[in-house]
Amino acid sequence: MALLEVKDLQVRVEEREILHGLTLTVNEGEIHAIMGPNGSGKSTLSHVIAGKPGYEVTGGQILFKGEDLLEMAAEERAAKGVFLAFQYPVEIPGVATMNFLRTALNAQRKARGEEEFSTPDFLRKVREVSKSLNIPQDMLKRGVNVGFSGGEKKRNEVLQMALFEPSLCILDEMDSGLDIDALRIAADGVNALRSPKRSMVVITHYQRLLNYIVPDVVHVMSKGRVVKSGGKELALELEASGYAQFEDAA
Amino acid sequence: MNVAVAKTGKGRAVSDLFTSAEGRLPGSPGITAVRREAFETYERLGLPHRRIEEWKYTDLRALVGEVLPLAAAPDAAALKRAADAVKAHAIDGAHKLVLVDSVLAADLSDVKALASEAGFKTLRETLEKDADLLKTATVDAVIALNAAMATDGVVLSIADGVQLSAPIQIIHIATAASASAFSRSQVAVGKGARATIVETFVAAGASAYQVNDAVIVSVGDNADVAHIRLMDDAPDAVNVTSHFVTIGANVKYNFFNMTTGAAVSRLQGFITLAGEGSELSANGVNLLQKTEHGDTTLVVDHAVPNCVSREVFRAVIDDRAHSVFQGRIIVRPDAQKTDGKMMTRALLLSDEAEADNKPELEIFADDVSCGHGATAGALDDSLLFYLKARGLPEKQAQALLIQAFVGEAIEQIADDNLREHVIGIAERWLERRS
Repeated sequence: MALLEVKDLQVRVEEREILHGLTLTVNEGEIHAIMGPNGSGKSTLSHVIAGKPGYEVTGGQILFKGEDLLEMAAEERAAKGVFLAFQYPVEIPGVATMNFLRTALNAQRKARGEEEFSTPDFLRKVREVSKSLNIPQDMLKRGVNVGFSGGEKKRNEVLQMALFEPSLCILDEMDSGLDIDALRIAADGVNALRSPKRSMVVITHYQRLLNYIVPDVVHVMSKGRVVKSGGKELALELEASGYAQFEDAA
Repeated sequence: MNVAVAKTGKGRAVSDLFTSAEGRLPGSPGITAVRREAFETYERLGLPHRRIEEWKYTDLRALVGEVLPLAAAPDAAALKRAADAVKAHAIDGAHKLVLVDSVLAADLSDVKALASEAGFKTLRETLEKDADLLKTATVDAVIALNAAMATDGVVLSIADGVQLSAPIQIIHIATAASASAFSRSQVAVGKGARATIVETFVAAGASAYQVNDAVIVSVGDNADVAHIRLMDDAPDAVNVTSHFVTIGANVKYNFFNMTTGAAVSRLQGFITLAGEGSELSANGVNLLQKTEHGDTTLVVDHAVPNCVSREVFRAVIDDRAHSVFQGRIIVRPDAQKTDGKMMTRALLLSDEAEADNKPELEIFADDVSCGHGATAGALDDSLLFYLKARGLPEKQAQALLIQAFVGEAIEQIADDNLREHVIGIAERWLERRS
């Protein structure tokens, strides 16, 4: 069953069209990789799906579980199960990570008409997840991402993914700024969240990440469109031959 | 009823504000003369206006216009409302001193419990003998008016070496609508003593009232004082408060002010570091919405060498509200090795919100370290989006960021219980945002 359907999506940023009719279908439980050179529109796609302001959708639609995603505010999308793991998670001084996690989780549950988590249940859950991600408890007392290393910030994103249990995870350049060890820890965390009920869209420049998070489908984006789709072997092909062939094709 | 009108710039008739109240004001006959003189000073100056430099951002003639008549004594119903307000705003474990429309309500106060730790009298009692409390080194129109009209207040003395077991909370409750309350208090902290004084200003069913308060604080050598003022008056009230603080040697004085109420307010603090080796921490938060005008003016006078002063001020301004921060640091010629820093930040939540910031450094010594910094800006969109992408609705995301913004000033309150109390007031302000 299709979880996410992007149909002929056209997006402008300040009068410049970035996506020119992008189409993409992600079924339940699938992992899709989106690869492409800088400026091909990969991050724009992730921002538009998550509901970041500043993008004008001039054509096409995005359906999530059959519902019109573009009609929803960013927080509604989150409550419905859309999760964007940011390329550059922001630092929020003065907002303790633990307080942020509880506020966000309960806001999502409230929006879905579910009971809020009690403090002991919440703490137990956070402790479980953070232990598996090798996140020390004192990190959770600090301001959100304040003073975190690149690897810690990405692990904090994965921690949220595990807590919020979204049905669609978009990982925007998760490998940027990470060394191999940090990448492996983050990727292990992501892999632990693979489930037949959860789909992922992994956006990356490099094939390297896909050694750790193995996709079912690979798409190549160039100049605002998907120009080729294939199996995981397509990523290896790209690594060998580069993006130039597709830039010409687009 | 007498309609009391203050003298205006247009030379209107002199008010009967004073003459109608005079018979109800406490003090021996000798004190009446002091009051009359103070009222004449007020009449001569009139309400402060924009052409007076210290008041250029807070033009009381334009913002307030007239001083309302003195509040009548509260009736039984008003006292009942006041009792409910005390319950709602009391800090757990604190010794309470309650002023209802600026008059001490002994029944609502913990006078007996306090007596074992601190000396206590009312202003009313003190003025029967002595007019000194009506005199201050700094006088402007509102200070003079307070001296003329001061109806009651608390006079506290904490003896040398006494460590108060609990905070003393002075709760100002307004029950009279469209009337003025004038209070004047004194807190004398002895050498080596330790005290926490909290002042709370709230309404109990009153609206459109005016508060003019003055507090005179003296701190003996080696004392440790936390002084917290929480002004949450009714949204259409006026609150003008003047603090006069004199600090001895090797003192720690930690002051925090938060403004969450009143249509027009000004806190002016005159703090003198008069003994060497003292550390002053003076911090504040203004949370303003609608068309509220909140002014925090601090004059820190380094009169002697080797003192440290730190000022952290945060303003959150919504709608068409207007926040003013004026911070003057004076370093006298003898005050070498002074270390004074002042940092103020304003968060503007609307295009029509206004923040004025006036730092003034007057440095007459040559071996000092003094500095100030100021910023003003909106909420960071990238932070807001991050929170919304995690499921927080806009208002909740804003609230979290606003709490973080003011947190830096609130964190200066050392006591956990008091800090939580202050955070609670800030949270209620956030809930009031429409």
